Amino acid sequence: MSNLILDAEALYTEMRVGVQALWRPDMALLGIWSGGAWLAERLAADMGTHPADLPGIGKPGVISSTLHRDDFSARGMHSGTDATKIPFAVDGAHILLIDDVLFTGRTIRAVLNELFDFGRPASVTLVVLVDRGGRELPIQPAFAAAKVTLPASQKLSLTRLDDGRFTFAVMGSN
Amino acid sequence: MLHKRNPQLNRHGELIHLLSIEGLPREVVSNILDTAGTFLSVNDREVKKVPLLRGKSVFNLFFENSTRTRTTFEIAAKRLSADVINLDIAKSSASKGESLLDTIANLSAMHADMFVVRHSESGAPYLIAQHCAPHVHVVNAGDGRHAHPTQGLLDMYTIRHFKKDFTQLSVAIVGDIVHSRVARSDIHALTTLGVPDIRAVGPKTLVPSDFKGMGVRVCHDMAEGIRGADVIIMLRLQNERMSGAMLPSAGEFFKNYGLTDDKLRLAKPDAIVMHPGPINRGVEIDSSVADGSHSVILPQVTFGIAVRMAVMSIIAGNEA
Repeated sequence: MSNLILDAEALYTEMRVGVQALWRPDMALLGIWSGGAWLAERLAADMGTHPADLPGIGKPGVISSTLHRDDFSARGMHSGTDATKIPFAVDGAHILLIDDVLFTGRTIRAVLNELFDFGRPASVTLVVLVDRGGRELPIQPAFAAAKVTLPASQKLSLTRLDDGRFTFAVMGSN
Repeated sequence: MLHKRNPQLNRHGELIHLLSIEGLPREVVSNILDTAGTFLSVNDREVKKVPLLRGKSVFNLFFENSTRTRTTFEIAAKRLSADVINLDIAKSSASKGESLLDTIANLSAMHADMFVVRHSESGAPYLIAQHCAPHVHVVNAGDGRHAHPTQGLLDMYTIRHFKKDFTQLSVAIVGDIVHSRVARSDIHALTTLGVPDIRAVGPKTLVPSDFKGMGVRVCHDMAEGIRGADVIIMLRLQNERMSGAMLPSAGEFFKNYGLTDDKLRLAKPDAIVMHPGPINRGVEIDSSVADGSHSVILPQVTFGIAVRMAVMSIIAGNEA
């Protein structure tokens, strides 16, 4: 275990501020399975009720990278990933894309390809909880609640507890 | 101790070929069904294609005729972005005397990545799987009387879709079971998934009592066989069986074992009726049942494409 402490709940509060600053009433929320989908779901629940911090927010969508991953031939099919479910029309939509951890950028690339199979969005804006560096593709978030540097061998993943609160787990060697 | 590994699995227990459902662990079968669920939604997209098999070549080798199965494999492979080559072997090399393994060696030299094989000889896909290069994957699309695993899997997907849980079900398989690779694959799959009550229903000539060894109840009486069933799987009565000693006549068979509305009332009120197709109306199934509210014969066809996409993408992603 690393001695890095990331308070996921505090970062989520930061993320709410970032999302509110970027939000426009014609936007739709789309979370990347699984951590990003949990975040999008909670953002909609916390910020969508009256008085709404995110006016015009509808039911968030869930998007999975599984069918467009570039490591398919090496890693095969991933089981247990939820299929993409987008409850709004993608054509012409302004999409706020949410993920928990941004690392190489390859998941975002796969998700963008997946998204375009459903139509042509007007714009896509990326918000993440943690940007851990290490990018291998030219992809940048519009907002990250935290920026950290971790060795490539370490895996950072968001967990949702039974009571709905978030926590981070860091696995692998220093 | 020498332990013979299932030739369909690699040393990590991952599926590399699909030859038969027999001997597959329940998790492998469930994983295929879960993955098929993901692919079913691809039909709802504007772009009905995903790039998982982009750059791969899938050869459909049909040594025995089949339009439906070949077409659904072709659609499945194309939706995964593979290049598909259909070989009507019955009309080409085999008729010139080339051996099966020579045909495979030649096609491998054309850089095939996957063979989808239908053959009248039981075991032909095993032979191909044993002799092809390590990176090549084989799917059995029906071999002799032995197995038709993708049909078995799509039947399981259909049952799970409509009935959710396998562990409380009564399933009746009706008709020409002795000649049916579909029946064998269904029985193996139902057993693997924990179905407690499987009945093999038909005349003595088509349902020999040695099927009991597969863990099924043999019923020669139709009423007894379908009473209280949740699922009725009707099999096609093959025309060639109707002459000779197997059966008196098609009319006689329909009278005793054909599924009519009257007989269907013996099953559970929410029973589903399945059939692998093509159906013989008025021989094994009455039109009013085939087109009725209990029939899920057309959903089976739709699910079949998603199941074949799942099988092809899973095996292509695993190394020998």
